[in-house]
Amino acid sequence: MRKKAFMFMAAAVLILAAVTAGGIFLEPAAMETDFSKTNLAPSGENLFGTDWMGRDMFARTIAGLSLSIRLGLLTAAASAGIALILGTVSAVSGRKADAVVSWCIDLVMGIPHILLVILISLACGRGFAGVAAGIALSHWPSLARVIRGEIIQLCQAPYILTAEKMGVPRIQNAVRHMIPHLMPQFFTGLVLLFPHAILHEASVTFLGFGLSSEQPAIGVILSESMQYLTTGRWWLAVFPGLSLVLVVILFAMLGEQIRRLTDPASVHE
Amino acid sequence: MKLEVKDLTFYYPGRKERPVLEYFDLEISSGERVGLKGPSGCGKTTLCQVMAGYRKAPAGQVLLDGNPVSSLRGACPVQMVWQHPETAVDPLLRLRKTMEEAGNVETRILEELHIEEAWMERYPSELSGGELQRFCLARALRPETKFLLCDEISAMLDLVTQAQIWDFLIREADRRKLGLLVVSHNDALLEKVCTRIVRMDEKL
Repeated sequence: MRKKAFMFMAAAVLILAAVTAGGIFLEPAAMETDFSKTNLAPSGENLFGTDWMGRDMFARTIAGLSLSIRLGLLTAAASAGIALILGTVSAVSGRKADAVVSWCIDLVMGIPHILLVILISLACGRGFAGVAAGIALSHWPSLARVIRGEIIQLCQAPYILTAEKMGVPRIQNAVRHMIPHLMPQFFTGLVLLFPHAILHEASVTFLGFGLSSEQPAIGVILSESMQYLTTGRWWLAVFPGLSLVLVVILFAMLGEQIRRLTDPASVHE
Repeated sequence: MKLEVKDLTFYYPGRKERPVLEYFDLEISSGERVGLKGPSGCGKTTLCQVMAGYRKAPAGQVLLDGNPVSSLRGACPVQMVWQHPETAVDPLLRLRKTMEEAGNVETRILEELHIEEAWMERYPSELSGGELQRFCLARALRPETKFLLCDEISAMLDLVTQAQIWDFLIREADRRKLGLLVVSHNDALLEKVCTRIVRMDEKL
């Protein structure tokens, strides 16, 4: 069972890495216009068809996914970092710090994500930096809450208290007993942040508050294709949309596998 | 040596009006085996935790030869053995690692507790409660230990094993002049093991 899970994870990581790398190479091709072949339906030559400027939709989709994945990696890592720091501060720095951090968590969780992403993105001047800041600053609370809860629980655990009474120094105690319990939660949370980050990036861009329209982002592709959908050019929206969903599902499944592999209850199976 | 509990009052945070322990006094000298009995929920486990320095009491003192136990650093001379051994060992570490924290437990103790060498390489989830409890006892019996608080340590063991373990504990306590606090609901066990029995009463 573990072997199968590892194989699946390796395959998923390989596919995602291939898409990311491929997108970087295909970026020039994605920008290339050719007015001799506009609005072509999917065929052997243009797998996903072409748009009204004759751009190859396959290249644009891969480039867009690549951008999304890179943005997702960056923002998920930043978000998880914030969550780790705030969660730890909240759990170990006394009641007042805990109250402040918990209040912040409730505040950010209380505002709909998409609204917060739009507001921060606008405030930071849109574009790549705006979207990155928006997503990084809005996705940390749930993970921060998990980490806080986990650390509070660990500090009360009899085996950690006993180790302390055995004269084990605090740092060693944290390294030996706490981090191994915390890391699975943290990594699972981190990986499960990707799909959220990618979807929110696509949606703010779709709504016009995110990446600028010359960038080959999935959100840009989807919002442009809306204008042509009614004229029967279904391939402009279907393939990019489907591939976005596939990437998101792949990330979600990856996170689920990591959770299963590292869960203390099943780790020795 | 003497372990003293003086005027101990303990309540959990936010429950000041319903203290678990109120003006409780107890004294254990080296070599003594004190039995502690009382109805469920009367604060026996809490008392053990306070005495071993796991919890700080808001009023009253726990003194080891005049020094507060909670202020002692390093390996504590007052060790407690928990009622549920499953929670007292790190589930992610092999037992060898856990036992390393106990310093150099003598091989004689491991042998007397019938701890097999092969168990050391296992994870806690691969051992039974009774087997884990032997590890917890061996760990608590490190050379620095002067007082041992046993909180219902034998409730999960079958009778033969109970007899073995208590027989060993009594011999070990005599040999090292340990002070023992034995918490149990089993009157016959307390009669057999202890030199003196203390009753805790339920609070109204």
